[in-house]
Amino acid sequence: MSSRDVILGRVRRALGGPVEAPDSYAKDIDRSYLREHGNRTTQQTVELLAENLADYRAIVHRATSEELPATIVRLLAGHGSRAVAVPPGLPDGWLAEADATQVHDRAENTPAELDEVDSVVTACAVAIAETGTIVLDGSPDQGRRRITLVPDHHICVVRVPDQVVSSVPQALERLDPTRPLTWISGPSATSDIELDRVEGVHGPRTLEVVLVSGG
Amino acid sequence: MSGTFVGMPAFPKAAHDAVRNTTLRANLKHATHTIRDKRERAVSELDDWARLRQAGKEIKDHTLHHLEHYLVQLEESVTAAGGTVHWARDADEANRIVAGLVKETGESEVVKVKSMATQEIGLNEHLETEGIHAYETDLAELIVQLGNDRPSHILVPAIHRNRGEIRDIFRKEMGSWGRPAPEGLTDTPAELAEAARLHLREKFLRAKVGISGANFMVAETGTLVVVESEGNGRMCLTLPETLISVVGIEKIVPTWQDLEVFLQTLPRSSTAERMNPYTSTWTGTTDSDGPQNFHLVLIDNGRTDTLADEVGRQALRCIRCSACLNVCPVYERAGGHAYGSVYPGPIGAILSPQLRGTGSEIDASLPYASSLCGACYEVCPVAIDIPEVLVHLRERVVAGGPATRNGNKVMLRPAKGHAAERAAMRAATWAFTHPAALATGQRLASRTRRFHPRTAPGPGKAWTATRDLPKVPAEPFRDWWKRTNGGKETNK
Ligand code: SF4
Repeated sequence: MSSRDVILGRVRRALGGPVEAPDSYAKDIDRSYLREHGNRTTQQTVELLAENLADYRAIVHRATSEELPATIVRLLAGHGSRAVAVPPGLPDGWLAEADATQVHDRAENTPAELDEVDSVVTACAVAIAETGTIVLDGSPDQGRRRITLVPDHHICVVRVPDQVVSSVPQALERLDPTRPLTWISGPSATSDIELDRVEGVHGPRTLEVVLVSGG
Repeated sequence: MSGTFVGMPAFPKAAHDAVRNTTLRANLKHATHTIRDKRERAVSELDDWARLRQAGKEIKDHTLHHLEHYLVQLEESVTAAGGTVHWARDADEANRIVAGLVKETGESEVVKVKSMATQEIGLNEHLETEGIHAYETDLAELIVQLGNDRPSHILVPAIHRNRGEIRDIFRKEMGSWGRPAPEGLTDTPAELAEAARLHLREKFLRAKVGISGANFMVAETGTLVVVESEGNGRMCLTLPETLISVVGIEKIVPTWQDLEVFLQTLPRSSTAERMNPYTSTWTGTTDSDGPQNFHLVLIDNGRTDTLADEVGRQALRCIRCSACLNVCPVYERAGGHAYGSVYPGPIGAILSPQLRGTGSEIDASLPYASSLCGACYEVCPVAIDIPEVLVHLRERVVAGGPATRNGNKVMLRPAKGHAAERAAMRAATWAFTHPAALATGQRLASRTRRFHPRTAPGPGKAWTATRDLPKVPAEPFRDWWKRTNGGKETNK
């Protein structure tokens, strides 16, 4: 007998015989927990996002869509970045004013090549206010998972208020489980040494989030 | 479970030694109290916490009750998404499967995400015997691995080490595993973390095979989820060409929507954060993004035996948040190593003797490694009644009775000569600095037990309608010991 059959057989016996199909799942579970916590206006939800991002040591900036290219230039310069990774579908114009060398995300790029890149600029799929989380889903304006992982500096642009939700339940509704997702709440961190928080053990040490309004 | 802890003395002896280690106790106390206080705050932000906890419990119970259905569904959806599913009934089989998969790639090195399941089966040690080097990439796991040590906490495995010890380990050992520690390394956490970053980055960038566990597996979509802080998980899940995930069969949730419960309760219970820095999900393979070969190894290793126990099976709801460790007065004093298993603390005290059986001295003593104060139940985000299971397992040790081992029903005999209880009695004395004070506290709580309401009266009623207030154990162990004459007259 295969191990699969052995294990499934043991499960069946452990439960005292075959169990009927779970067609009652929807009503079996009490989902009276909240879809969001608190009553906020859209504006307040965006403020909460900014607050919670900052609380987890992301650096938050605001810009209108006209100001965005200049903001990105300023952030790249502030980090001293000479090379920036670019996802294939990054909106035209975001990097229009940047003079850093643009390294396009291609399947042939090795991790070692990416390691030479200073910064990465991406959009996001959704941002969660209550937890201060941005979620990337690998869409063309975000690129493959590795480009937001290996470089030390990640600039992530969130369109507000459209891409902002209040809560984790609302975020999951918007996301497609078949895509590889990365949820990011602040920069990489560890508390493994006497519970002192240290930023950036393996992922980007600096996370800058630009909240862009107006288009 | 594997031989990681072979030769481990029973809990009382190990606890006795640990309690006398003052560095360990100071490290532990600082750590558990810090997380504990922060957790309180993180949980109190959500005013539907009790309902989330109840939903988490119901989802897990439902899944366990229909486990066969969901395992089959998961297998189908993972396969449809481009992954390959393997089944392993025990540690040996799981280790053989993983070693075989690594060999197929022609590689002799793998990078690993921290995973309880692979520790449970002793994967690293097995791979080593097959000539494959497994590198732990979580900072704490790295400290444990370089120090040739054992993990002592689910979440912060090197919690028993202070910064000076960590610096010494890095200086001495890093060079023989790869990039040596920088010259003049000091003991500041930032410098230590930087040394680890450089040491590990070299491995990530060349790794062809990654090995992980998973916090959740979604049956309907075939999605796996890893929750972490450092980014080492993302590295291992993204950069290698082949990814092998080794996961216990109980880690299933039925639907994508179910994650909304656990992604709220896990981080807050575990690291006391609103959300952990990184969560990664992957569904099979994705074209040119991440590993192009994905293998899921589903392990039983005592889980179906645990499932067969109607009282004990609730331990399978555990999402390994470690909240119960941080509130446990026995864990705080004894440390994680005393539990002789990769699962320390209250959850370890009920899980290990079920996964491994109560045949060995250490496993027979584990159900006694508790004061039954009930704090673990109160914090548990999936409402596992740990004291209830402890009492149930004590009874099994003392009185014997029916159990399931390797899928077969067996009749357990009472532990020989009540060695376990005698040992347990000593454990209780040793594990506490002020045994008398503690005992008084327990008795008070127990005597008033029937007056503790199961639901809050008045306006709080609606709030507790779906939640039981924590139960206080019926009788402290000491009293039971006295009353039953050291367990000789059992179960009166
Ligand atoms: S038993 Fe509960 S509190 Fe303890 S680790 Fe598991 S889920 Fe967390």
